[in-house]
Amino acid sequence: MTHTDGNLLAGPLRAILGVDLTTAQGTCDGCGARGPIASALVYGPEPGLVARCPSCENVLLRIVQTADRAWLDLRGLTSIEVALA
Amino acid sequence: MAIVARGFTGRGRSDPALPPGQYLTQDFPVLSAGPTPRIDTSRWQFTLATETGERQSWTWEQFLALPSEDVTVDLHCVTKWSKLGSHWTGVPLEEFLGELDTSAEYASVSSYGGYTTNLPVEDLLGGQAWIAHRYDGEDLTPEHGGPARLLVPHLYLWKSAKWIRGIQLLIEDEPGFWETAGYHNYGDPWREQRYWGD
Ligand SMILES: [Zn+2]
Repeated sequence: MTHTDGNLLAGPLRAILGVDLTTAQGTCDGCGARGPIASALVYGPEPGLVARCPSCENVLLRIVQTADRAWLDLRGLTSIEVALA
Repeated sequence: MAIVARGFTGRGRSDPALPPGQYLTQDFPVLSAGPTPRIDTSRWQFTLATETGERQSWTWEQFLALPSEDVTVDLHCVTKWSKLGSHWTGVPLEEFLGELDTSAEYASVSSYGGYTTNLPVEDLLGGQAWIAHRYDGEDLTPEHGGPARLLVPHLYLWKSAKWIRGIQLLIEDEPGFWETAGYHNYGDPWREQRYWGD
């Protein structure tokens, strides 16, 4: 299986955090590369969404969703830069 | 032979071979959390490490020289498909763990590509677990975890780590890739242990 579009993250992230993070800039904890979250390589959606760094393939974030719960792991991102209106 | 009717539900009779909430599939879906590692058997190695730091490794040739078994098992994926009667060839874990001096109760399994999963050591023993290198009479393809994967069919399939590289024995349990992100720490399909708290 190959990865899919980083925009696949938009819905689940919005459901959990209430903001659109796909245009936010993420910094990879593995290699330091910085770029929009939407440029991540996304695997899934089952058994969970796994977003990897396009430079080093480090796992940036993971989302597991059920009908009534979700888990979000952001360990692979040292920071997320969000533009404030 | 007596015919026993059981598992009767409001929607009709369910297959007694299927754990709760599962449906039957004939194909073999591939789920992945990352790029598929391509590991040449010339550089493949399996390493077992004990809680005291003792390590033992097997090359591909040494691995193939161990006694292997042909087994027919049912697979249950947490995404709800089950595949019954799949044929595998693999080396039972007793061959690796049998003579080991360890008091560890937990195992952390790691894969080429960085995947990890955890399970109790006792679930690796007693003819319940294999390191499989053939599926349906053919060498195991990378998509299905080749050259070799763990096979623990009595737990949900995410515990059967593809592209196995090593097992670390531990005194304290160490939740793996999916187990740290909401999936159940043990994953018994018959008790429908899919997520935390199930
Ligand atoms: Zn990176």
